[in-house]
Amino acid sequence: MTPDTLGLTAEGCMALLDAGDVSCVELVEAYLARIEQQDGDLNCYLRTRADAAREEAARFDREGRSGLQGVPIALKDILCVRGEETTAGSRILEGHRPLYDAGVVTRARAAGLIPLGKTNMDEFAMGSSTEHSAFGTTHNPWDARMVPGGSSGGSAAAVAAGLAPLALGTDTGGSIRQPAALCGVVGMKPTYGAVSRHGLIAFGSSLDQIGPFALTVRDAALALQVIAGRDHCDSTSVELPEPIAVPEGDDLSGVTIGVPADLLAQGVEPGVREAFDRSLEHAQHLGARVREITLPTAVHALPAYYLIAPAEASANLARFDGVRYGLRLEEPGDTIVEMYGRTRSSGFGAEVKRRIMLGTYVLSAGYYDAYYGTAQRVRTLIRREFDQAFTDVDLIATPASPTVAFPIGERIDDPWAMYACDLLTVPVNLAGLPGISLPCGLSEGLPVGLQLIGSAFSENRILAAAHALEGAIGFDPVPAAMRSAG
Amino acid sequence: MSEAVWEPVIGLEIHVQLNTATKMFCACENHFGAEPNTLTCPLCLGHPGVLPVINQGAVEKAIEIGLALNCAIAERSVFHRKNYFYPDSPKAYQISQYDEPICLEGHLDVDGSRIGITRAHLEEDAAKLVHSGGEAGRIGGAEYTLVDFNRCGTPLVEIVTEPDLRSPEQAIAFLALLKNTLQTIGVSDVDMEKGSLRCDANVSVRPAGSGEFGTKTELKNMNSFKFLGDGMAAEIRRQIDLLERGLQVVQETLHYDPGTKALRSLRSKEEAHDYRYFPEPDLVPLAPSPALIERLRDGLPELPAARIERFASQHGLPAAYATDLNAEPRLADYFEAVAASSDAKSAADWVLNTRPAPVDNVPAATLAALIDLIAGGTITNSIAKQVYEMLVADPAADPAELVERHGLASIGDSGELEAMVDEVIAENPAFVEQFQSGKDGVINALVGQVMKRTQGRADARQVQELLRSKL
Repeated sequence: MTPDTLGLTAEGCMALLDAGDVSCVELVEAYLARIEQQDGDLNCYLRTRADAAREEAARFDREGRSGLQGVPIALKDILCVRGEETTAGSRILEGHRPLYDAGVVTRARAAGLIPLGKTNMDEFAMGSSTEHSAFGTTHNPWDARMVPGGSSGGSAAAVAAGLAPLALGTDTGGSIRQPAALCGVVGMKPTYGAVSRHGLIAFGSSLDQIGPFALTVRDAALALQVIAGRDHCDSTSVELPEPIAVPEGDDLSGVTIGVPADLLAQGVEPGVREAFDRSLEHAQHLGARVREITLPTAVHALPAYYLIAPAEASANLARFDGVRYGLRLEEPGDTIVEMYGRTRSSGFGAEVKRRIMLGTYVLSAGYYDAYYGTAQRVRTLIRREFDQAFTDVDLIATPASPTVAFPIGERIDDPWAMYACDLLTVPVNLAGLPGISLPCGLSEGLPVGLQLIGSAFSENRILAAAHALEGAIGFDPVPAAMRSAG
Repeated sequence: MSEAVWEPVIGLEIHVQLNTATKMFCACENHFGAEPNTLTCPLCLGHPGVLPVINQGAVEKAIEIGLALNCAIAERSVFHRKNYFYPDSPKAYQISQYDEPICLEGHLDVDGSRIGITRAHLEEDAAKLVHSGGEAGRIGGAEYTLVDFNRCGTPLVEIVTEPDLRSPEQAIAFLALLKNTLQTIGVSDVDMEKGSLRCDANVSVRPAGSGEFGTKTELKNMNSFKFLGDGMAAEIRRQIDLLERGLQVVQETLHYDPGTKALRSLRSKEEAHDYRYFPEPDLVPLAPSPALIERLRDGLPELPAARIERFASQHGLPAAYATDLNAEPRLADYFEAVAASSDAKSAADWVLNTRPAPVDNVPAATLAALIDLIAGGTITNSIAKQVYEMLVADPAADPAELVERHGLASIGDSGELEAMVDEVIAENPAFVEQFQSGKDGVINALVGQVMKRTQGRADARQVQELLRSKL
């Protein structure tokens, strides 16, 4: 039997496999076939690993399986896979084959998840539309003229389009939650330190976190169960205070949800605001108390973020010099300095160069304290502000993105408009907190994402509330455009 | 040139490679001399996605260094990224400590002077560049440069002194004591030739008695105490010469070529790097527990500075002897073993002045036995030297047995010596006559004759007294 992968959840995959209705190979083939059929237009995947995926599936069919074993997953191309090309969406790493598996890849393999391939992304995760990929943009499955969001646009679109039941992405300033919102899927950024960054090609090291995309909150919890936990290869990773639980139930009584009025006043478009307000009504019907709160410093998160993240990136990306791996020009120049210059000029895209220059500048002697130092102080204040807020409320709700998906090309030449996509997600990264985006309705036919933010390591509380709301909202994650396309 | 009116001011920056089993931030083996690029992994090659993990052994050794240098150990210290593009740095930044180092404000007392330690911090070593072709080993004129990443990521402690040193000699004495201290606590091989101990010197001069500092220059990485001393002396002369001609010292980094004895400028202040330090986000701050620090403090052996003092007080040795015996721990250990059963002053003489050096050649108990034979009057000093030669050839031999077998015992109190004196008087009537007519110096010729006959088994002064009494 060939299952229809459109709208098929990870739990749905497990049910089919457990019942013996499909084999692991049949399941993988079904996804590969749909990728073959749809992805020429969507460009979610930079590469599939069809043969390796088939072999891994065949092994489970031969040797037996249980749980998540045999369920496919898509990996953002910023996660290292041993021996398989990993580019971070950049020309400068074209052809690079890592010598090791990322921590999350090791865990995914150990759980029996089968990576189907590597998904498209903004170069080095710098962007909010996937248009900054060196390998072409990804199209939004809800409307191919629209961006899928970014930087993990390929992973979000793949899950929305039925090209994978699960995907991993990374979130530095919103790069999981914003594309999840724009593609109508669930995306979760865990607490900083909950998931190992080992093998994640770094952008902003103090902000980067890996997290899952899925069609349901329960699926996202299943994937998070697999990847979360201490990894001795990442000194900033920790063991969670309690294991991730797959949520059940539909009761929000006793839960207080805070809505930061000042943050929302920053420019949320009306359609998004309507869908957001409706989801708050659902929350109240489920028993939650909703109250207004203020996060006055979080309003300054975006400028602080655009000092800290580029500063870290300027150091993280300095190693790409054409010497030991990645891009080697035909004429690298006569001196080592020329080689560095030509390789980096030719290998990096415009947005990456912009951020390297910005980051280098803000760390320079004489400017460090005014820029980087100030940004770090703002970051500390934001962290305290959230801590304070969570003494009064259990969760904070905002839209995940101020807008729905915007047309491809609309913001590509306007960095500030592009950066504004992260307005509501960036404070969460600066504070190191967990946040989820779940679809909460449509505006102009495009999905709107609801963001729920919790205190550090409150993943289970977030997942439980998101699951309850998901049931009440009843969002159909299958894009109408996809359904008609078959 | 008038060095008397100019006072040199020297501060040192010393890099010490720690002898941990593995590197600072990865699990690669840490040792010298392996085939190039065989001790590497994705982390120390700076591959994408790797994260550093702090070597706890290196942290403990850094704390031991701090304790041995009387430093305060910081409750919290932080790693930073030091950014620069160079082929020896595959990440294009070095992970180092910056404004929050692990060890602060210590001191080491050298020959009665207290030399301040500003700080000691942990960092990682860079890869080794091997310049090939052209002028051997120099980057200028090299045809190509090879990179050996084995050294990349080796744990380093950088020790920075206050500008408390006032002469190249004092700086070298400080380094020697520091080297011995590091050896004694066992944290490093401290081999300058292999680069496990490297030293830069900040040098300036000022009018003697002035409270202000002159403009300093930095002398880079000399690979022996001698070259470092020569380089500092040359730089001090150069600066004094400039100042006496009414010129200015320019802040710059210099290299001293021991071959040509020339100082060459590597870069000026204007060319100085902006390293854009910022806290390393991939690591959490170090916060060693008081219990760990106490455990490490309790585990420290007696340190050379204390040992030098003890040698002087317990054994009554001159300060210079006590210092020289502590040039390295094994020398001091050997001395103590010899002095345990013999006269300390004689033991020190033998240990320091005998060539080939006893420490490499003769068991301590054997040397002590030999010294006892001299002290007891069994053999003379010159015979003892002969016996020592025999012991070098056969370290298992027993000195008393050698004296017995070769008939080397002193003959001072025996009738044998008196008989020889009588013989010499009888055989040299001319000398005897000259002596008796007042030429006192002739006695030496007669003593020589007797000594020759005894083959060194008598004391020359005793022989002379005997001759005088007989004549």
